[in-house]
Amino acid sequence: MIDVAVVSFAQRQEASIPGESEVEFMVPLMEQAKAAVGLTQPEIGFTCSGSSDFLAGQAFSFVMTIDGTGPVPPISESHVEQDGAWALYEAWVKIQCGGIDTAFVYGYGKSSPGSLRDVLATQMDPYYVCPLWPDSYAIEALAARLMLEGGHVSERRLAEIAARSRANAASNPHAVRAEPKSVDEILAEEPAVDPLRPSDLPAEADGGCAVVLAAGDRARELCERPAWIRGFDHRGDAHTLGVRDLTTSMSTRMAAHRAGVADDKVDLAELYGPFTTSEHLLIDALGLDEDATAINPSGGALAAHTMMASGLIRIGEAASRLWRGDGDRAVAHATSGPCLQQNLVCVLEGD
Amino acid sequence: MADDPLAPPAALAGDVTVPEAVAGAEPVQSVCTPIRLSYTYTPGRALSRYLRAMADRRILGERCGETGQVFVPPRGVSPLAGTTTAGVVELADTGYVDSFNITRVPIERRPDLKPPYCSAWIVLDGASVGFMGLVINIAPEEVRIGMRVRAVWKPDDELETSAANILGWEPTGEPDEVIDDYERLGRAQPAQP
Repeated sequence: MIDVAVVSFAQRQEASIPGESEVEFMVPLMEQAKAAVGLTQPEIGFTCSGSSDFLAGQAFSFVMTIDGTGPVPPISESHVEQDGAWALYEAWVKIQCGGIDTAFVYGYGKSSPGSLRDVLATQMDPYYVCPLWPDSYAIEALAARLMLEGGHVSERRLAEIAARSRANAASNPHAVRAEPKSVDEILAEEPAVDPLRPSDLPAEADGGCAVVLAAGDRARELCERPAWIRGFDHRGDAHTLGVRDLTTSMSTRMAAHRAGVADDKVDLAELYGPFTTSEHLLIDALGLDEDATAINPSGGALAAHTMMASGLIRIGEAASRLWRGDGDRAVAHATSGPCLQQNLVCVLEGD
Repeated sequence: MADDPLAPPAALAGDVTVPEAVAGAEPVQSVCTPIRLSYTYTPGRALSRYLRAMADRRILGERCGETGQVFVPPRGVSPLAGTTTAGVVELADTGYVDSFNITRVPIERRPDLKPPYCSAWIVLDGASVGFMGLVINIAPEEVRIGMRVRAVWKPDDELETSAANILGWEPTGEPDEVIDDYERLGRAQPAQP
């Protein structure tokens, strides 16, 4: 196995970015991530991105954003119609294949031009479920009801997760929702999509992020304390919600097992839980001890939810903290699809 | 954590049986499930400037700070250098035909386009790349590469923030461009790696 590390990260998240196209707001992030480690595009071995035509409302929307990388002379490039965390996985596999020692990865999403809760209905089964246009928050509320009625979680526990996200987000300049609120204040909120309260829902955002990966000695040249990828796996649950147990996350459990999360202490974890209910399930499925592990020190995806980037941002946030010496071992998680349908787990370590 | 993380969930256990009531039902041959999503699209900084200028019969391009090339329509980024464009350039509404084709079959949704008609890449004076347009007011078989053309705009009272303001491109009657001279035409080829 070739040692690969995250060596650079740049992000932008705002409630909406109405005046700029995707490529216009991504170019400065791409430049920033590459400049931070002194790399130019022709020196980079492989480039991979994650985005969605369903958010952009146009076919092959990612092609225009490739202009922002500087693709002349021609570059080796790929794209996933998924969160950028999966683009990073593809880049990691590409480095494992040999022949290159750097990769550039980015993910972005501008969901504000459309109705995200409707757009997300199109990721459901196209024959049985999508024609019913289920609202994405309502789908999660079905899972939340099962969890609450089955005694898997309490409303107070969900409010505690929401309060922690808000408190941690206060020190994150990229957070969209960072106003502190007490557990009791959150419990006093009127449900928005019963049983979920407004603080249980993600603060939707436009934005994106860019990451540089490097292998072995190259990583040490570029970064004082690289965030080494020590375990990496992603797994998917069944697409049909009805056959799944929505009160647990089987695929996260399996990915965590294969990535070796439990092999050593975890100082911090950045989890892509769009809802408080999802964060609760993830902590359990990853086997994390909240007394020993800082959960979502950035505020997580509850504080700023940028479709197609929030997962890659979790990896970047976790890596940034290792560079700064805020910990030695971190877990970053990304999800995709309704009710934690697909999950990616990345274990990162500083030297 | 569960005892065996690799064990399938209980919901997947057991057999599925078709209820008696639907056992002999006629198979459904097809279903129609229409999908419609509505977006309030914003084109971004560069295209917004470009579209606003269109309403004044002006064509804006943008210059690459590294190569000096001018791109139109502008997208706010140089697709060669991967950098934010360095400045806005107002282009003439004249240029030459870089390539063209003649369409001899009708398009269902464009009854206004009567075959045969000529679509072309027009390189505007001062631009480094071609720009899509129709060549009009000339028989299609007389269109040739290098032919000089000018924009035919909609009447002033019909101008909008839209590229549709240009109805087409008509011949100017000037001598043809010699298009093998790429350097002179500002179309320097990118350096080879």
